[in-house]
Amino acid sequence: MNNLLEMKHVAVNFAAYGGTVQAVRDISFSIEEGQTVALVGESGCGKSITAKTIMGLVKKPGKVMEGSQIIFEGTDIARYSSKEWRKFRGKECSMIFQDALVSLNPTMKIGKQIMESLDNHAVTTSKEEKKKKVIDMLKLTGIADAEKCLEKYPHELSGGMRQRIMIAIALISHPKLLIADEPTTSLDVTIQAQILAEMKALQKKLNMAILLITHDLGIVADVADKIVVMYAGKIVEEGTVREIFYHPVHPYTKALLNSVPRLDRDGKEMLCTIEGNIPDMTNPPKGCAFCERCPHAMNICAQYMPEEKTVSSSHRASCWMMDERAAKGGVAHA
Amino acid sequence: MWKYCLKKTAQVVIVMILISFFSFAIVYFAPGDISDMYVNPEMTEEQKANVIAQLGLDKSMTEQYFAWAKRAVHGDLGVSLSNKSAVWPQFMQRLPATIILMGSSMILSLLLAIPLGLWSGYKKNSWLDNLISSLAYMGMSIPSFWFGMLLIIVFAAVLKVLPSSGMHTVGNVSAFDTFQHMILPCITLSIGHVAVYIRYIRANTIGQLSEEYVLTAEAKGDSQTKILFRHVLKNTLLPIITLMGMNLASLVCGSFIVESVFGWPGIGTFAMSAIGSRDYPVIMAYVMLSGFLLVVGNFIADLLYAFVDPRIKRGGASGGK
Amino acid sequence: MENNIVITNDSFAKLEKKKTVEVSVERQSVWKDIWKELRKNKVAMVSVVLLAILIIAVLLAPLSPYDPYKLDASQKLQGISSSHWFGTDEYGRDYFTRTLYGGRVSLLVGFMSMIMTVVIGTSLGVFSGYVGGKVDMFLMSFTDIFLALPSMLLMVILNTFLKPGLPTLIVVLSLFSWASVARITRAETMSLKERDFVVATQNLGASNFRVIVKHIIPNILGPVIVAASLSVANAILMESSLSFLGLGVQIPRASWGSMLQGAQAHILDYPLLAVYPGVMILITVLSFNLLGDILRNALEPKIVE
Repeated sequence: MNNLLEMKHVAVNFAAYGGTVQAVRDISFSIEEGQTVALVGESGCGKSITAKTIMGLVKKPGKVMEGSQIIFEGTDIARYSSKEWRKFRGKECSMIFQDALVSLNPTMKIGKQIMESLDNHAVTTSKEEKKKKVIDMLKLTGIADAEKCLEKYPHELSGGMRQRIMIAIALISHPKLLIADEPTTSLDVTIQAQILAEMKALQKKLNMAILLITHDLGIVADVADKIVVMYAGKIVEEGTVREIFYHPVHPYTKALLNSVPRLDRDGKEMLCTIEGNIPDMTNPPKGCAFCERCPHAMNICAQYMPEEKTVSSSHRASCWMMDERAAKGGVAHA
Repeated sequence: MWKYCLKKTAQVVIVMILISFFSFAIVYFAPGDISDMYVNPEMTEEQKANVIAQLGLDKSMTEQYFAWAKRAVHGDLGVSLSNKSAVWPQFMQRLPATIILMGSSMILSLLLAIPLGLWSGYKKNSWLDNLISSLAYMGMSIPSFWFGMLLIIVFAAVLKVLPSSGMHTVGNVSAFDTFQHMILPCITLSIGHVAVYIRYIRANTIGQLSEEYVLTAEAKGDSQTKILFRHVLKNTLLPIITLMGMNLASLVCGSFIVESVFGWPGIGTFAMSAIGSRDYPVIMAYVMLSGFLLVVGNFIADLLYAFVDPRIKRGGASGGK
Repeated sequence: MENNIVITNDSFAKLEKKKTVEVSVERQSVWKDIWKELRKNKVAMVSVVLLAILIIAVLLAPLSPYDPYKLDASQKLQGISSSHWFGTDEYGRDYFTRTLYGGRVSLLVGFMSMIMTVVIGTSLGVFSGYVGGKVDMFLMSFTDIFLALPSMLLMVILNTFLKPGLPTLIVVLSLFSWASVARITRAETMSLKERDFVVATQNLGASNFRVIVKHIIPNILGPVIVAASLSVANAILMESSLSFLGLGVQIPRASWGSMLQGAQAHILDYPLLAVYPGVMILITVLSFNLLGDILRNALEPKIVE
């Protein structure tokens, strides 16, 4: 399979009141055509900013640093002009957001809001044709009463319906990549499952790749092909769903997994929360960022950043525990 | 929507009743005995008592109020103490001048404030924004009557291009002449409101631009101009309607001052001279009328807002704020 | 990278984590905070300096060799000279001295009515917000009515009933200005009331009065100071309008507003008389408005992502 998107050494800084926040620190990963990649991490770990970077939506005081490369179908889009970005957004790559209520214009009719994307990208088609496209799209996203829906305002719809509208807006121009930033977080559990299933079905029909951004590993298992775990602006582990769920290497990934309720585990096991907070990103620790909260932290973790090591062809992680010297030292002192 | 209208109408009625109480109280508690104005020393005691009874001044306060209110509803607001003629027609004769002044000032304020505020907010912290914002601060801090005086000095005294007072040149009844007379008062009355509106629209534009739906629009590939004019503009300007309703009070007060600076023959100058001569029925009528203008203006603003904002229009009773 | 890493014997030993000691940051006094924020802002400093100069000048007014009230027909309407910096008015009084004395009145009215406004507004706002429920609903509808009134007009009318004079003016001005302060302090109190430290103090059995005085008031001081600054500006502006209409300060006393009323008669032949007091009002009001706004922005809790 070809790589649709390749992120190479992407870094994003934010100039803030107290100093520069290093929100994304030199991350690299790729998405293949038609693949679903889940980007997982706690809030504030830089995953949403990564998504905005791919869309060219990082705004002042944020800045995508020199040397960041975002290769989309062979072109480095990190260097796009604002005009090129406009052609790219919505057409090549679309994005849906967490809270559909605030993400839709409250005073514009649904139909018009979906139509806008077509206006921006479609080769001139007649109004009727466009309207038909919108209705087809709405039906595709599982909205039965599509014609009526066009004339409604966002507040007149339910949360699940609104998120379907968001999906329709994103997919109307058939993008090759859909970025979904916590698409189901504000919905209740049954609707969550419906929306995810809908997205999966649409992915097959339209043959697009999905970058699913979430803090909830629970929803990832059924949907994603690949999981990328982010912590404090860095990728700490990356692997297939199977690898991450059954053979996690990084202590942070393990901790995340422990915080997910699972049916296949013994019910007696306690659900764990991860103690502590994410580090201050204006002054990130010089060693491993997770060191402070890591139950296995070693002296070296506080001093040096661990290098990325491969576990298998599809599985990588960055942790000093993977160093062959770790076991010895640890045992010697234990 | 109907429920909303009904609720608003009820509010208007209550406020109008309160205003009428207040107006009545002005006359009732006015220093000196009102009957003194109607009786003269040559009258016999019996004649005096007759006059007082005729005026209803011997009745209790509540009875007097209802009698007065009944007359007021029929457009009888009593008789001016200084020229002994009915108050109502005198007001009606002067009202158009005030309405024209207030209306044109409102339009001028919006015409200036909307583009300036929008641009200022859109280009936040640019030099133009800094300039516009500084001017808005000045406009907010300048006493309007003094600004009017400065305008008179510059345009009437030094440049001699515009008249400094009145509404017509004697013997000239053309609309253009009135327009010329209106320029300075209108600008003076607008200055404070323009400043308030600019600051409000600027803040609102900045707020709306940071809303999530703007991100969605950007993600669709909308251009900046499209985002500004198709998405942000409407959401920014809708609350202006409410703000205008709220600003009516200061418009009424402002016109009172501006009329007296420019000798504009509206209800403000009429009331001002009444205050000078303690002509209480006229003062009362002025309070009634201003209160009425205010309440009705607010009412229209509320309904208009409900009508243009789909969140209220479609939401019905539950959608009200 | 690998080259720079120095591995020692205990590199891979378990890390002994230091317990982070929670250092309770001592709360700086609001005034210190404010001064720090103002120092950072050039516009604010200019405003502070201008106001300081004005206040000192106004306080030193009695040092002027001229009597602000003595009429002297021989000196009337003189131009600017070394002896009369602002010239003289139509009664031959030194206009510079008049302007300083006028400033005394304007600033006095401004500050006094600000104090009354803030005291009334804050007490009502804090009480309403703290008690909540129906009392709050009633008080706030009352406040809203006051907010929507054409206050200037009512002041004019009230002034026709009351004995004119400075105390009347100050009372009337504050009577129509407290509402916005009440709104702000009420909102602040409502949010403070739910905060842990207030709830905890209540649970420990502190009296409501004590909670309000010890915990609520000190914590809403920031917004109150902002409101106070804006309120001085507003009071001076309103006073000038009232005095201009002849309903405020009475002769022979003068404020900047009433001086402008006098100047109106000579606006065509001697316009400079109308310039000085107006500029003074503009500078004062602008400075207080700017300070209020800058402080509001500075004291707002900053959201740093």
